Amino acid sequence: MKYAFFPGCSLESTARAFDLSTRAVCRALGIALEEIPDWACCGSTPAHASSDSLAVALPAFNLQKAQAAGLPVMVACASCYARLRTANHRIRNNPEDRRRAERITGRPYDGGIEVRHVLDVLVNHLGMDEIRARVSRPLGGLKVACYYGCLLTRPPEIVAFDDAEHPTCMDELVTAAGATAVEWPFKTECCGASLSMTHSGVVGRLAHKLLSMARSAGADLLVVACPLCQVNLDLRQADAAKAHGALRPTPVLYVTQLLGLALGLPPEDLGLDAAAVGYAGGKS
Amino acid sequence: MTNPIPWNDSGLMEEVRQRSGTRVSACFQCHKCSTGCPIGPDMDILPSQIMRLVHLGAENEVLGSHAIWLCASCEACTTRCPMAIDIAGVMDALRIMAVDRGTVLPDARGKQFHRSFLGSVRRHGRVYEVGMMAAYKMRTFDLFSDVDKVPRMLAQGKLSLLPNRSDSVKQVREIFRRAKEEDRKP
Repeated sequence: MKYAFFPGCSLESTARAFDLSTRAVCRALGIALEEIPDWACCGSTPAHASSDSLAVALPAFNLQKAQAAGLPVMVACASCYARLRTANHRIRNNPEDRRRAERITGRPYDGGIEVRHVLDVLVNHLGMDEIRARVSRPLGGLKVACYYGCLLTRPPEIVAFDDAEHPTCMDELVTAAGATAVEWPFKTECCGASLSMTHSGVVGRLAHKLLSMARSAGADLLVVACPLCQVNLDLRQADAAKAHGALRPTPVLYVTQLLGLALGLPPEDLGLDAAAVGYAGGKS
Repeated sequence: MTNPIPWNDSGLMEEVRQRSGTRVSACFQCHKCSTGCPIGPDMDILPSQIMRLVHLGAENEVLGSHAIWLCASCEACTTRCPMAIDIAGVMDALRIMAVDRGTVLPDARGKQFHRSFLGSVRRHGRVYEVGMMAAYKMRTFDLFSDVDKVPRMLAQGKLSLLPNRSDSVKQVREIFRRAKEEDRKP
Protein backbone atom coordinates (compact mmCIF):
# COMPACT_ATOMS: atom_id res chain seq x y z
CA MET A 1 0.00 0.00 0.00
CA LYS A 2 1.68 3.18 -1.17
CA TYR A 3 0.57 6.81 -1.40
CA ALA A 4 2.01 10.11 -2.55
CA PHE A 5 1.84 12.25 0.60
CA PHE A 6 0.75 15.90 0.47
CA PRO A 7 1.61 17.33 3.91
CA GLY A 8 0.56 20.96 3.31
CA CYS A 9 2.06 24.08 4.88
CA SER A 10 0.61 23.67 8.40
CA LEU A 11 2.23 20.28 8.84
CA GLU A 12 5.62 21.98 8.57
CA SER A 13 4.77 24.45 11.33
CA THR A 14 1.80 24.63 13.73
CA ALA A 15 0.71 21.06 12.95
CA ARG A 16 4.16 19.47 13.20
CA ALA A 17 2.65 16.89 15.58
CA PHE A 18 0.12 15.86 12.91
CA ASP A 19 2.96 15.33 10.46
CA LEU A 20 5.06 13.26 12.88
CA SER A 21 2.16 11.13 14.09
CA THR A 22 0.71 10.53 10.60
CA ARG A 23 4.07 9.36 9.28
CA ALA A 24 4.72 7.22 12.41
CA VAL A 25 1.29 5.55 12.32
CA CYS A 26 1.52 4.85 8.59
CA ARG A 27 5.00 3.37 9.02
CA ALA A 28 3.76 1.14 11.85
CA LEU A 29 0.77 -0.03 9.79
CA GLY A 30 2.73 -0.72 6.61
CA ILE A 31 1.43 2.22 4.55
CA ALA A 32 4.35 3.57 2.50
CA LEU A 33 4.34 7.36 1.97
CA GLU A 34 6.33 9.16 -0.70
CA GLU A 35 6.18 12.93 -0.18
CA ILE A 36 5.14 14.78 -3.36
CA PRO A 37 8.42 16.37 -4.54
CA ASP A 38 8.56 20.19 -4.30
CA TRP A 39 4.87 20.45 -3.48
CA ALA A 40 3.42 23.95 -3.18
CA CYS A 41 0.64 25.44 -1.06
CA CYS A 42 -2.92 24.39 -2.05
CA GLY A 43 -4.05 28.01 -1.71
CA SER A 44 -6.47 27.27 1.15
CA THR A 45 -9.30 29.73 1.88
CA PRO A 46 -7.37 32.87 0.82
CA ALA A 47 -7.16 31.48 -2.74
CA HIS A 48 -10.79 30.46 -3.18
CA ALA A 49 -11.94 33.71 -1.58
CA SER A 50 -9.70 35.83 -3.84
CA SER A 51 -9.30 34.17 -7.24
CA ASP A 52 -11.32 31.39 -8.79
CA SER A 53 -8.45 30.62 -11.19
CA LEU A 54 -5.85 30.28 -8.45
CA ALA A 55 -8.19 28.11 -6.35
CA VAL A 56 -8.24 25.43 -9.06
CA ALA A 57 -4.73 25.87 -10.49
CA LEU A 58 -2.68 25.50 -7.27
CA PRO A 59 -4.20 22.12 -6.35
CA ALA A 60 -4.00 21.00 -10.00
CA PHE A 61 -0.27 21.81 -10.04
CA ASN A 62 0.31 19.52 -7.03
CA LEU A 63 -1.86 16.75 -8.41
CA GLN A 64 0.09 16.82 -11.67
CA LYS A 65 3.23 16.14 -9.64
CA ALA A 66 1.59 13.13 -7.98
CA GLN A 67 0.44 11.93 -11.39
CA ALA A 68 4.06 11.98 -12.56
CA ALA A 69 4.90 9.68 -9.63
CA GLY A 70 2.01 7.38 -10.62
CA LEU A 71 0.54 7.24 -7.12
CA PRO A 72 -2.78 8.12 -5.45
CA VAL A 73 -2.53 11.02 -3.00
CA MET A 74 -2.97 10.92 0.76
CA VAL A 75 -3.62 14.22 2.59
CA ALA A 76 -3.63 14.90 6.33
CA CYS A 77 -4.83 18.52 6.61
CA ALA A 78 -8.63 18.69 6.23
CA SER A 79 -8.43 22.03 4.42
CA CYS A 80 -5.83 20.86 1.87
CA TYR A 81 -7.91 17.71 1.42
CA ALA A 82 -11.02 19.76 0.61
CA ARG A 83 -9.10 22.02 -1.81
CA LEU A 84 -7.53 19.11 -3.73
CA ARG A 85 -10.85 17.22 -3.91
CA THR A 86 -12.74 20.34 -4.99
CA ALA A 87 -10.25 21.07 -7.78
CA ASN A 88 -10.52 17.48 -9.03
CA HIS A 89 -14.31 17.64 -8.92
CA ARG A 90 -14.40 20.85 -10.94
CA ILE A 91 -11.79 19.73 -13.47
CA ARG A 92 -13.69 16.47 -14.07
CA ASN A 93 -17.11 18.05 -14.34
CA ASN A 94 -16.51 21.39 -16.00
CA PRO A 95 -14.51 21.45 -19.26
CA GLU A 96 -13.83 25.20 -18.91
CA ASP A 97 -12.31 24.69 -15.43
CA ARG A 98 -10.11 21.96 -16.89
CA ARG A 99 -8.94 24.08 -19.83
CA ARG A 100 -8.25 27.04 -17.55
CA ALA A 101 -6.24 24.92 -15.06
CA GLU A 102 -4.23 23.48 -17.96
CA ARG A 103 -3.57 26.94 -19.42
CA ILE A 104 -2.37 28.26 -16.06
CA THR A 105 -0.19 25.29 -15.09
CA GLY A 106 0.96 24.67 -18.67
CA ARG A 107 0.39 20.90 -18.32
CA PRO A 108 -2.47 18.53 -19.14
CA TYR A 109 -4.57 17.26 -16.22
CA ASP A 110 -7.93 15.46 -16.32
CA GLY A 111 -8.69 15.38 -12.57
CA GLY A 112 -8.05 11.64 -12.49
CA ILE A 113 -5.66 11.36 -9.54
CA GLU A 114 -7.33 9.79 -6.52
CA VAL A 115 -7.17 11.98 -3.38
CA ARG A 116 -7.84 10.40 0.02
CA HIS A 117 -7.70 11.67 3.57
CA VAL A 118 -5.54 9.75 6.04
CA LEU A 119 -8.70 8.70 7.95
CA ASP A 120 -10.23 7.35 4.74
CA VAL A 121 -7.04 5.39 4.02
CA LEU A 122 -6.90 3.94 7.56
CA VAL A 123 -10.57 3.05 7.95
CA ASN A 124 -11.62 2.16 4.39
CA HIS A 125 -8.45 1.09 2.62
CA LEU A 126 -6.36 -0.57 5.33
CA GLY A 127 -9.47 -1.61 7.27
CA MET A 128 -10.46 -1.75 10.91
CA ASP A 129 -9.59 -5.47 11.35
CA GLU A 130 -5.99 -4.75 10.43
CA ILE A 131 -5.84 -1.82 12.85
CA ARG A 132 -7.48 -3.70 15.74
CA ALA A 133 -4.96 -6.52 15.26
CA ARG A 134 -2.05 -4.07 15.65
CA VAL A 135 -3.26 -2.34 18.85
CA SER A 136 -0.81 -3.40 21.55
CA ARG A 137 -1.51 -0.84 24.30
CA PRO A 138 -5.31 -0.29 24.50
CA LEU A 139 -6.26 3.04 26.11
CA GLY A 140 -8.64 1.52 28.67
CA GLY A 141 -11.21 3.83 30.17
CA LEU A 142 -10.23 7.01 28.35
CA LYS A 143 -13.28 8.97 27.18
CA VAL A 144 -12.80 10.78 23.89
CA ALA A 145 -14.93 13.28 21.95
CA CYS A 146 -14.25 12.89 18.21
CA TYR A 147 -14.35 16.31 16.59
CA TYR A 148 -14.54 16.18 12.79
CA GLY A 149 -14.96 19.88 12.13
CA CYS A 150 -16.26 21.15 8.83
CA LEU A 151 -14.25 20.27 5.75
CA LEU A 152 -13.56 16.58 6.36
CA THR A 153 -17.09 15.60 5.40
CA ARG A 154 -18.43 18.61 3.51
CA PRO A 155 -19.79 19.09 0.97
CA PRO A 156 -20.71 15.40 0.63
CA GLU A 157 -20.78 15.29 -3.18
CA ILE A 158 -17.12 16.28 -3.16
CA VAL A 159 -15.57 14.50 -0.16
CA ALA A 160 -17.97 11.63 0.64
CA PHE A 161 -16.02 9.04 2.63
CA ASP A 162 -18.17 9.42 5.73
CA ASP A 163 -21.60 10.78 6.63
CA ALA A 164 -21.71 14.60 6.36
CA GLU A 165 -23.85 15.17 9.46
CA HIS A 166 -22.98 12.17 11.61
CA PRO A 167 -19.51 10.88 10.69
CA THR A 168 -18.15 7.86 12.57
CA CYS A 169 -14.67 7.02 11.20
CA MET A 170 -12.76 8.65 14.07
CA ASP A 171 -15.12 7.04 16.59
CA GLU A 172 -14.22 3.65 15.06
CA LEU A 173 -10.49 4.36 15.34
CA VAL A 174 -10.78 5.61 18.92
CA THR A 175 -12.80 2.51 19.85
CA ALA A 176 -10.23 0.26 18.18
CA ALA A 177 -7.58 2.04 20.26
CA GLY A 178 -9.41 0.79 23.34
CA ALA A 179 -10.89 4.16 24.38
CA THR A 180 -14.57 5.10 24.61
CA ALA A 181 -15.95 7.50 22.01
CA VAL A 182 -18.59 9.67 23.75
CA GLU A 183 -21.83 10.63 22.01
CA TRP A 184 -21.95 14.40 21.58
CA PRO A 185 -23.82 16.75 19.27
CA PHE A 186 -21.12 19.11 17.92
CA LYS A 187 -19.05 16.63 15.87
CA THR A 188 -19.21 18.74 12.70
CA GLU A 189 -19.78 22.26 14.08
CA CYS A 190 -17.17 24.68 12.70
CA CYS A 191 -14.44 26.04 15.04
CA GLY A 192 -14.14 29.29 13.08
CA ALA A 193 -11.24 28.06 10.93
CA SER A 194 -9.08 30.86 9.52
CA LEU A 195 -11.09 33.55 11.37
CA SER A 196 -8.51 32.74 14.04
CA MET A 197 -6.26 35.43 12.55
CA THR A 198 -8.90 38.04 11.79
CA HIS A 199 -11.63 37.55 14.42
CA SER A 200 -10.11 35.63 17.32
CA GLY A 201 -13.07 36.61 19.51
CA VAL A 202 -15.46 34.65 17.29
CA VAL A 203 -13.15 31.63 17.41
CA GLY A 204 -12.97 31.93 21.20
CA ARG A 205 -16.78 31.82 21.42
CA LEU A 206 -16.98 28.74 19.19
CA ALA A 207 -14.09 26.97 20.94
CA HIS A 208 -15.75 27.56 24.32
CA LYS A 209 -19.01 26.09 23.05
CA LEU A 210 -17.30 23.01 21.61
CA LEU A 211 -15.03 22.33 24.58
CA SER A 212 -17.75 22.77 27.21
CA MET A 213 -20.12 20.50 25.27
CA ALA A 214 -17.42 17.81 24.95
CA ARG A 215 -16.81 18.05 28.70
CA SER A 216 -20.51 17.83 29.57
CA ALA A 217 -20.72 14.73 27.39
CA GLY A 218 -18.09 13.24 29.71
CA ALA A 219 -15.02 13.47 27.47
CA ASP A 220 -11.51 13.61 28.99
CA LEU A 221 -10.07 14.92 25.73
CA LEU A 222 -10.85 15.69 22.10
CA VAL A 223 -9.33 14.20 18.98
CA VAL A 224 -9.19 16.13 15.70
CA ALA A 225 -7.92 15.61 12.14
CA CYS A 226 -7.35 19.21 11.07
CA PRO A 227 -4.50 21.63 11.91
CA LEU A 228 -6.83 24.61 12.31
CA CYS A 229 -9.23 22.73 14.61
CA GLN A 230 -6.27 21.72 16.79
CA VAL A 231 -4.84 25.25 17.01
CA ASN A 232 -8.20 26.89 17.60
CA LEU A 233 -9.30 24.48 20.33
CA ASP A 234 -5.91 24.05 22.03
CA LEU A 235 -4.16 27.41 21.77
CA ARG A 236 -7.26 29.57 22.34
CA GLN A 237 -8.50 27.60 25.35
CA ALA A 238 -7.15 30.03 27.94
CA ASP A 239 -8.51 33.09 26.07
CA ALA A 240 -11.89 31.36 25.59
CA ALA A 241 -12.13 30.63 29.31
CA LYS A 242 -11.28 34.24 30.14
CA ALA A 243 -13.96 35.61 27.82
CA HIS A 244 -16.76 33.07 28.28
CA GLY A 245 -16.36 31.39 31.66
CA ALA A 246 -14.39 28.61 33.30
CA LEU A 247 -13.28 25.61 31.25
CA ARG A 248 -11.46 22.54 32.52
CA PRO A 249 -8.20 22.40 30.56
CA THR A 250 -8.85 19.78 27.89
CA PRO A 251 -6.13 18.17 25.76
CA VAL A 252 -6.81 18.31 22.01
CA LEU A 253 -4.88 15.57 20.21
CA TYR A 254 -4.62 14.56 16.61
CA VAL A 255 -6.41 11.25 16.14
CA THR A 256 -3.15 9.85 14.74
CA GLN A 257 -1.41 10.70 18.04
CA LEU A 258 -3.98 8.75 20.05
CA LEU A 259 -3.86 5.83 17.63
CA GLY A 260 -0.05 5.90 17.71
CA LEU A 261 -0.08 5.50 21.51
CA ALA A 262 -2.39 2.49 21.21
CA LEU A 263 -0.07 0.99 18.60
CA GLY A 264 2.70 1.19 21.21
CA LEU A 265 4.68 3.95 19.49
CA PRO A 266 6.89 6.09 21.77
CA PRO A 267 5.29 9.50 22.67
CA GLU A 268 8.34 11.40 21.34
CA ASP A 269 7.68 9.97 17.86
CA LEU A 270 4.14 11.40 17.97
CA GLY A 271 4.87 15.03 18.87
CA LEU A 272 2.91 14.79 22.11
CA ASP A 273 4.90 17.62 23.69
CA ALA A 274 3.78 20.19 21.08
CA ALA A 275 0.45 21.35 22.54
CA ALA A 276 -0.61 24.24 24.76
CA VAL A 277 -2.73 21.94 26.96
CA GLY A 278 -0.53 18.95 27.65
CA TYR A 279 -1.57 15.31 27.64
CA ALA A 280 0.24 13.04 30.08
CA GLY A 281 -1.11 9.82 28.65
CA GLY A 282 -3.99 9.15 31.01
CA LYS A 283 -7.30 10.59 32.16
CA SER A 284 -7.40 14.32 32.77
CA MET B 1 -44.26 52.37 5.04
CA THR B 2 -41.60 52.63 2.40
CA ASN B 3 -39.27 49.84 1.46
CA PRO B 4 -35.74 50.93 2.41
CA ILE B 5 -34.25 48.78 -0.37
CA PRO B 6 -35.94 49.49 -3.70
CA TRP B 7 -36.01 46.67 -6.21
CA ASN B 8 -33.18 47.21 -8.62
CA ASP B 9 -32.71 45.13 -11.74
CA SER B 10 -28.93 45.59 -11.74
CA GLY B 11 -27.93 42.19 -13.05
CA LEU B 12 -26.31 41.40 -9.70
CA MET B 13 -28.02 38.00 -9.50
CA GLU B 14 -26.84 37.01 -12.96
CA GLU B 15 -23.27 38.10 -12.22
CA VAL B 16 -23.23 36.11 -8.98
CA ARG B 17 -24.60 33.07 -10.86
CA GLN B 18 -21.86 33.33 -13.47
CA ARG B 19 -19.04 33.81 -10.97
CA SER B 20 -20.17 31.15 -8.48
CA GLY B 21 -21.67 28.66 -10.93
CA THR B 22 -24.71 28.25 -8.68
CA ARG B 23 -28.33 29.40 -8.96
CA VAL B 24 -29.03 31.95 -6.24
CA SER B 25 -32.47 32.46 -7.80
CA ALA B 26 -33.54 29.05 -6.46
CA CYS B 27 -33.47 30.33 -2.85
CA PHE B 28 -36.96 30.29 -1.32
CA GLN B 29 -35.91 31.71 2.05
CA CYS B 30 -36.21 28.60 4.23
CA HIS B 31 -33.38 30.06 6.38
CA LYS B 32 -31.75 26.67 6.87
CA CYS B 33 -28.36 28.21 5.97
CA SER B 34 -28.73 30.94 8.58
CA THR B 35 -29.91 28.66 11.39
CA GLY B 36 -26.98 26.30 10.84
CA CYS B 37 -24.36 29.04 10.37
CA PRO B 38 -21.85 28.93 13.25
CA ILE B 39 -20.92 32.58 12.65
CA GLY B 40 -24.55 33.78 12.25
CA PRO B 41 -24.65 35.41 15.71
CA ASP B 42 -21.69 37.63 14.70
CA MET B 43 -22.96 38.62 11.26
CA ASP B 44 -24.64 41.89 10.31
CA ILE B 45 -26.63 40.18 7.54
CA LEU B 46 -27.46 36.44 7.69
CA PRO B 47 -26.66 34.13 4.74
CA SER B 48 -30.35 33.76 3.78
CA GLN B 49 -30.68 37.55 3.85
CA ILE B 50 -27.63 37.84 1.59
CA MET B 51 -29.39 35.53 -0.91
CA ARG B 52 -32.52 37.71 -0.77
CA LEU B 53 -30.55 40.92 -1.21
CA VAL B 54 -28.84 39.39 -4.24
CA HIS B 55 -32.33 38.71 -5.69
CA LEU B 56 -33.18 42.36 -5.08
CA GLY B 57 -29.99 43.60 -6.73
CA ALA B 58 -29.01 45.38 -3.51
CA GLU B 59 -25.35 45.53 -4.48
CA ASN B 60 -24.12 48.10 -1.97
CA GLU B 61 -25.73 46.32 0.98
CA VAL B 62 -24.29 42.94 -0.02
CA LEU B 63 -20.80 43.96 -1.14
CA GLY B 64 -20.40 46.35 1.78
CA SER B 65 -21.42 43.82 4.43
CA HIS B 66 -19.29 42.38 7.24
CA ALA B 67 -20.99 39.02 6.69
CA ILE B 68 -19.08 38.20 3.50
CA TRP B 69 -15.79 38.58 5.41
CA LEU B 70 -17.03 36.72 8.47
CA CYS B 71 -18.07 33.60 6.53
CA ALA B 72 -15.63 30.85 7.62
CA SER B 73 -16.24 28.72 4.48
CA CYS B 74 -17.31 25.76 6.65
CA GLU B 75 -19.79 24.66 3.97
CA ALA B 76 -22.59 23.82 6.45
CA CYS B 77 -24.96 26.05 4.42
CA THR B 78 -23.94 24.49 1.08
CA THR B 79 -24.31 20.96 2.49
CA ARG B 80 -27.78 21.59 3.91
CA CYS B 81 -29.39 23.81 1.28
CA PRO B 82 -32.54 22.01 0.06
CA MET B 83 -32.20 23.78 -3.30
CA ALA B 84 -28.56 22.73 -3.74
CA ILE B 85 -27.30 26.33 -3.83
CA ASP B 86 -23.57 26.55 -3.14
CA ILE B 87 -23.96 29.34 -0.59
CA ALA B 88 -20.31 29.23 0.49
CA GLY B 89 -19.41 29.58 -3.21
CA VAL B 90 -21.68 32.65 -3.43
CA MET B 91 -19.80 34.15 -0.46
CA ASP B 92 -16.51 33.63 -2.36
CA ALA B 93 -17.94 35.33 -5.46
CA LEU B 94 -19.17 38.28 -3.36
CA ARG B 95 -15.76 38.71 -1.68
CA ILE B 96 -14.04 38.74 -5.07
CA MET B 97 -16.58 41.25 -6.43
CA ALA B 98 -16.18 43.48 -3.37
CA VAL B 99 -12.40 43.61 -3.88
CA ASP B 100 -12.80 44.22 -7.66
CA ARG B 101 -15.17 47.12 -7.09
CA GLY B 102 -13.36 48.62 -4.15
CA THR B 103 -16.41 48.34 -1.90
CA VAL B 104 -14.62 46.41 0.85
CA LEU B 105 -15.20 47.84 4.30
CA PRO B 106 -12.06 49.57 5.59
CA ASP B 107 -11.99 47.24 8.60
CA ALA B 108 -12.55 44.01 6.62
CA ARG B 109 -9.54 42.20 8.01
CA GLY B 110 -10.29 39.14 5.88
CA LYS B 111 -9.06 40.92 2.76
CA GLN B 112 -5.77 41.84 4.46
CA PHE B 113 -5.36 38.28 5.74
CA HIS B 114 -5.95 36.81 2.27
CA ARG B 115 -3.43 39.22 0.72
CA SER B 116 -0.81 38.46 3.35
CA PHE B 117 -1.33 34.70 3.02
CA LEU B 118 -1.20 34.65 -0.79
CA GLY B 119 1.78 37.02 -0.80
CA SER B 120 3.65 34.47 1.29
CA VAL B 121 2.70 31.63 -1.07
CA ARG B 122 3.80 33.67 -4.11
CA ARG B 123 7.12 34.49 -2.48
CA HIS B 124 8.00 31.06 -1.06
CA GLY B 125 5.71 28.57 -2.78
CA ARG B 126 4.41 27.70 0.69
CA VAL B 127 3.06 29.69 3.60
CA TYR B 128 5.82 31.09 5.78
CA GLU B 129 3.74 31.70 8.87
CA VAL B 130 5.95 34.16 10.77
CA GLY B 131 6.35 36.34 7.66
CA MET B 132 2.65 36.06 6.80
CA MET B 133 1.59 37.07 10.31
CA ALA B 134 3.99 40.01 10.32
CA ALA B 135 2.66 41.22 6.95
CA TYR B 136 -0.93 40.89 8.19
CA LYS B 137 -0.17 42.78 11.39
CA MET B 138 1.49 45.60 9.47
CA ARG B 139 -1.52 45.88 7.15
CA THR B 140 -4.07 45.96 9.96
CA PHE B 141 -2.00 47.77 12.63
CA ASP B 142 -3.04 44.89 14.89
CA LEU B 143 0.46 44.51 16.30
CA PHE B 144 0.02 42.90 19.68
CA SER B 145 -2.73 40.29 19.52
CA ASP B 146 -1.49 36.74 20.13
CA VAL B 147 2.15 37.75 20.61
CA ASP B 148 1.92 36.05 24.02
CA LYS B 149 1.64 32.70 22.23
CA VAL B 150 4.72 33.10 20.04
CA PRO B 151 7.58 32.16 22.44
CA ARG B 152 6.11 28.78 23.35
CA MET B 153 5.25 28.02 19.72
CA LEU B 154 8.83 28.78 18.71
CA ALA B 155 10.12 26.56 21.53
CA GLN B 156 7.86 23.69 20.44
CA GLY B 157 9.03 24.01 16.84
CA LYS B 158 5.54 25.05 15.71
CA LEU B 159 6.82 28.29 14.21
CA SER B 160 10.02 28.65 12.27
CA LEU B 161 11.91 31.92 12.00
CA LEU B 162 13.02 31.02 8.49
CA PRO B 163 10.81 30.18 5.50
CA ASN B 164 10.66 26.59 4.25
CA ARG B 165 10.72 27.36 0.57
CA SER B 166 9.31 25.03 -2.08
CA ASP B 167 11.66 24.30 -4.97
CA SER B 168 8.65 24.93 -7.21
CA VAL B 169 8.60 28.61 -6.31
CA LYS B 170 9.34 29.81 -9.86
CA GLN B 171 6.47 27.77 -11.25
CA VAL B 172 4.21 29.01 -8.46
CA ARG B 173 4.97 32.64 -9.39
CA GLU B 174 4.12 31.82 -12.99
CA ILE B 175 0.82 30.27 -11.81
CA PHE B 176 -0.01 33.48 -9.91
CA ARG B 177 0.78 35.58 -12.99
CA ARG B 178 -1.33 33.48 -15.36
CA ALA B 179 -4.20 33.14 -12.86
CA LYS B 180 -4.39 36.93 -12.71
CA GLU B 181 -4.61 37.07 -16.50
CA GLU B 182 -7.36 34.43 -16.51
CA ASP B 183 -9.32 36.32 -13.84
CA ARG B 184 -9.20 39.44 -16.04
CA LYS B 185 -10.79 37.63 -19.01
CA PRO B 186 -14.40 38.66 -19.55
